[in-house]
Amino acid sequence: MFKYVKKAVEKIDGLALVTGNEKYTDDFSFDKMLYVSVLHSGYAHAQIEELDDSAARKIPGVVEILSYNNVNTILYTTAGQGFPEPSPYDTILFGKTMRFVGDNVCAVAAETKEIADIALKKIKIKYKRLKPLLNFEQSDNSKIIIHKNDGAFPKIPVYYDASKNIAAMVEAEAGDFEKAFGESKNKIEKNFYVSYASHCALEPHAAVSYIDNRGRLVIISTTQVPFHVRRIVSHVAEIPISKIRVIKPRIGGGFGGKQEVLLEPIAALVTWRTKRPAKLVYSRKEVFNSTRTRHQYKTVFKVGFQDNGIITALHLDALENSGAYGSHALTVLSNAGSKTLPLLNKIENLKFTGKGVYTNLPCGGAYRGYGATEAYFGYGQIIDMVCEATNNNIVEYYKKWSIKSGETSPIFKALGEGKEGVAMTITSSSLEECLETGSKEFHWNEKKKLYDSNFNKGKRIKRGVGMAALMQGSAIPEIDMASAYIKMNDDGSFNLNIGATDLGTGSDTILAQIAAEVLDVPVEKFIVTSSDTDFTPFDTGAYASSTTYLTGQAVKKCAENIKEQILKVGAEILGVIQNEVEIENEQVITKPGFADFRKISFAEICNYSFYQNNQFQIQATASHVSPKSPPPFAAHFVEIEVDTFTGIIKVINYVAAVDCGTPINPILAEGQAEGAIVNGISYALVENYYFSEYGKLLNDTFGKYGVYTASDIPPIKVILIDSYEETGPFGAKSISEININGPLPAIANAFFNATGKRLFKSPFTPEDVLKVLKG
Amino acid sequence: MKIKFNINSKIEELEIRPDATLLNVLRDNGFTEVKCGCSEGECGACIVLIDDKTVNSCQVLAMSAASKKIKTVKGIGTLHNPHLLQKIFASTGADQCGFCSPGMVLSAYSLLKENPNPTEKEIAEALDGNLCRCTGYVKIIEAVRRTAQIMNENLISRE
Repeated sequence: MFKYVKKAVEKIDGLALVTGNEKYTDDFSFDKMLYVSVLHSGYAHAQIEELDDSAARKIPGVVEILSYNNVNTILYTTAGQGFPEPSPYDTILFGKTMRFVGDNVCAVAAETKEIADIALKKIKIKYKRLKPLLNFEQSDNSKIIIHKNDGAFPKIPVYYDASKNIAAMVEAEAGDFEKAFGESKNKIEKNFYVSYASHCALEPHAAVSYIDNRGRLVIISTTQVPFHVRRIVSHVAEIPISKIRVIKPRIGGGFGGKQEVLLEPIAALVTWRTKRPAKLVYSRKEVFNSTRTRHQYKTVFKVGFQDNGIITALHLDALENSGAYGSHALTVLSNAGSKTLPLLNKIENLKFTGKGVYTNLPCGGAYRGYGATEAYFGYGQIIDMVCEATNNNIVEYYKKWSIKSGETSPIFKALGEGKEGVAMTITSSSLEECLETGSKEFHWNEKKKLYDSNFNKGKRIKRGVGMAALMQGSAIPEIDMASAYIKMNDDGSFNLNIGATDLGTGSDTILAQIAAEVLDVPVEKFIVTSSDTDFTPFDTGAYASSTTYLTGQAVKKCAENIKEQILKVGAEILGVIQNEVEIENEQVITKPGFADFRKISFAEICNYSFYQNNQFQIQATASHVSPKSPPPFAAHFVEIEVDTFTGIIKVINYVAAVDCGTPINPILAEGQAEGAIVNGISYALVENYYFSEYGKLLNDTFGKYGVYTASDIPPIKVILIDSYEETGPFGAKSISEININGPLPAIANAFFNATGKRLFKSPFTPEDVLKVLKG
Repeated sequence: MKIKFNINSKIEELEIRPDATLLNVLRDNGFTEVKCGCSEGECGACIVLIDDKTVNSCQVLAMSAASKKIKTVKGIGTLHNPHLLQKIFASTGADQCGFCSPGMVLSAYSLLKENPNPTEKEIAEALDGNLCRCTGYVKIIEAVRRTAQIMNENLISRE
C-alpha cells in the first residue's frame, strides 16, 4: 500500500552519526571564544546579602561576570512551552534568593574554562541561610514560603497561590464521585509514591553563542525547542527577536530535559555584552543538580466497584513536588489525569484533583511520560487490585472496559493544558489486538495460571507476571503548531525545511519519508534542514509526542501542494490537461487509458519551470494545528523473579504490544519503544534522587545514580500493531512517550503475583522490597 | 609543551598541558568525534582505542598516550568509507541520538577482534561500559550480533 512509509528506511544522518561526523553543540568552537562557568547555590534556601566579585574580576583572563549586580531582574519561566506559557513566571536568571542546591548564583566568562572556574571561587558571597522546605507533603501547610514577595505570577489565568507554596492546581469531575463512592459496596483506597529521576541524556546541556557578520546573535544549543529559546532569550536577555538566531545541531538525547531554557540566556548575555563567542557546557553533576527532573509524586486512588468488578467511581488525587520553580508544574499535573482516566472510559463517576507545590528541592520539568508515568503506577495497580478482588482476568477486563474507536471520555474536554481540554472521539485504536497478541506472545494465561497456583510456595526465588494497559496523546490539540517548507531543485531533488527538532528520534528521516510518499520520490532525494530559526519555519518543538503526528501532517500538506504544482507544469509540458496526468517514480505521466502515453521527469519539469516558460520556483509551505490528540495505546506484559532473601527484583521477560497508528518507520518506532521500556524498568527498580538532610543531591553521578547498561536488560519484545488514525499523516500517531508508563505498574503487579504483597513506593530497591516482604 | 601523537595512523604534533586529559587534547584539536558525557569515566562516550584496548579518554593523561597508537571511531571507518560495524549500526537502528555511538562502535570493534563469534551475553558484557539512554540497547546488541555473523559468513577482515 505504501512505498516509502512503513518502511525501515535508514536514518538520513545514520552513517554520519556512527562515524562521528555529525556535530553537536559542544563540537562548535570559534576564535576568541570565552568559556563560561556558572556558580550554583550550595544551600537549598538562602538569601544572598552581598555578592562581591571585585577579586574575581582582577584575575587575568576574566572578561565578564554576570550576577544580580548587573543583570536586570526579569521574571520568566524556563519551561520551553508555547506562549503564553502555562507555567508560572517565577524564575529570575540571577536572583538574590537561592531556592535549591543548584540554583544560579552568578556566571563568569573567561579566556579559558580553568580561569572561569578559579574565578568562581574568588567571588565573595554573604549568604543568610534560611530554613529549607524539603518535604513536599508538608509544603502547603508550611511556614516556609518559597516564593515570597518576588512577584511570581501565572502567565495565563489559572489558580496560583505562591503564599501557600501552590504552583499549580487542577480539578475535574465527570459524574458524582462522592455519591457513587459512598454508595459503593467495595472500596479500595491507596497511596502511591514515585521518585525523582534524571533524564540522563548522554550529552550534557550546552550552549555556544557568537555574533554574526551583521551584528546578530547566533545561539547553537542542545535544545528541543529552538523557537521557544529564541522567544525566551529575547525576553530574559532583552535582545529583540529579530536579532537572534537559534540553531539546534545534532543533539545527544533530550527526553524532555532539553525542553527547558537554562543555559542559552547566560551564553547570550555574555556574547551580547562582550561581542565575543561564548561556550557554556554543563558538567554531569550540574545536569543532575541544576537542570530539570521528573517530578516526585504522591497519588491517592479511591475506587468503588461492584462484585463483578465494574468500577462505578474513581478518584485520582495527585500531589506533585514541583521543586523550587514551577516549570511544567501545571501541565504535567493535568496530564497525570488526562492521560490515564480516559483509558477505562466507562467509569461513570470520575474525579481528578491535583496540586503542584513548591519545595527547596530540584525543579521538576518535562520528562518523557509527563505526568502519565507518575499516575500509571497507581492506576495500573488499582485496576489489578480490582481484578484480583473480583476474579477478573485483567487482560479481558481491559479488552472489555477500555476506550474504543468511536467512543469518548468526558476527561478529554475537562482536562487540557492549563485550561479546558478538547472534546475528542477516538478514531483509531488497536488496543484490543494489542492485548490479544501481546498476551499470546507472552503466554499470559499459562504463566498467570502457573504462578497463581502454589508454584512459588516455599521457594526463595518467586516468579510472577504482571501487565498494564496504557495510553498517551499525540501533540497538544488546538495549541501546538508545526509548519514545513519544500522547494524543488533542478535535478528533481527537494529541500525540506522544518522547524521540528530531531533529538535522535529520527524525525528528520520520518518527515522525509512522509514527503517522499506524497511525491513518489526516494527519501534520499530530500535534503532535510531542520531546527534553525532563520531558515526553517516555525515549529513548537519536540515535545508532547508531537513531531511525527503534527509536523508530519504539515509536511504532508506541503508536499501535496508541491505535487499539484508539479502536475500542473507537467501537464503543460505534455500538452494535456492536469486531470489527465498523475505522478509516478519521479515523473509526471499520462493516466492509464489516455490514448497516447506521455511522460516527463521531475528534473525536466523543474528545469522547465526555472528556465523556459511561465517561470517560477516550485515551492510551498504549510502549517498544521491538530484538532485532537489521538492516543497511542499499548499493552505491556512482564515476568519477574523476586529473590526473597536479598529483595532483588529481576525482570526476566518483557513484551509490549503497541498501537502507534501507522508506524512511518517501524525500526525507529521500535527503537522508541525499547528505549522507553528500558528507562521505565530502571526508573521502577533503581532510579531515584537521594538527598542529604540539607537538600543536597547525594547520587549525582551516572555511577551512583544507576543508569542501566547493556548487561542489565532483559529480553524485550516490541510488537507494533497498526491502527489507522485519519487525522495523522498516513495514519500515524505517536510512540515516543507511552511506553515509559508500563514498567512501574506491570512490575508492581508481577510482584504481587509472585509474593502476594503490593509495592506502593518506587523505586523498588532491595531494601524496600525486603521491608515490604517482612511487613 | 609539544608532543607527538599517533592518532588514526597519522603522526600529529600537538601543543598540550602536562595535566591535560587525552579527551580534552583530542577534542581541542578537532577530534570532536570523541564525545564527553560525564568526565568521570562512567559513560563510555569518550572511549578511544589505545594500542587496540578501549579506554575512557577522560581518565588518562594525554602524556601517557604519547608513544601509543590512538584510534578514534574515525580511525576504523569514515562517512565515505565506513566500517561494516558502522554500516550495520546505521541500518539496524542502533543509532538514535548518536552521542554514544562512537564509543559504542569502538567497544564493539574491540570485542569482535578478540571474539569473532560472541554470544549475546558476551556482547552485552563488552558494552557494559557504554551508556545509551535512547535505544534500550536492544538494537545495539542486534547490530553487533549481525555484524559478527556477516563477517564470519563472508570472512571479512575485522580491521
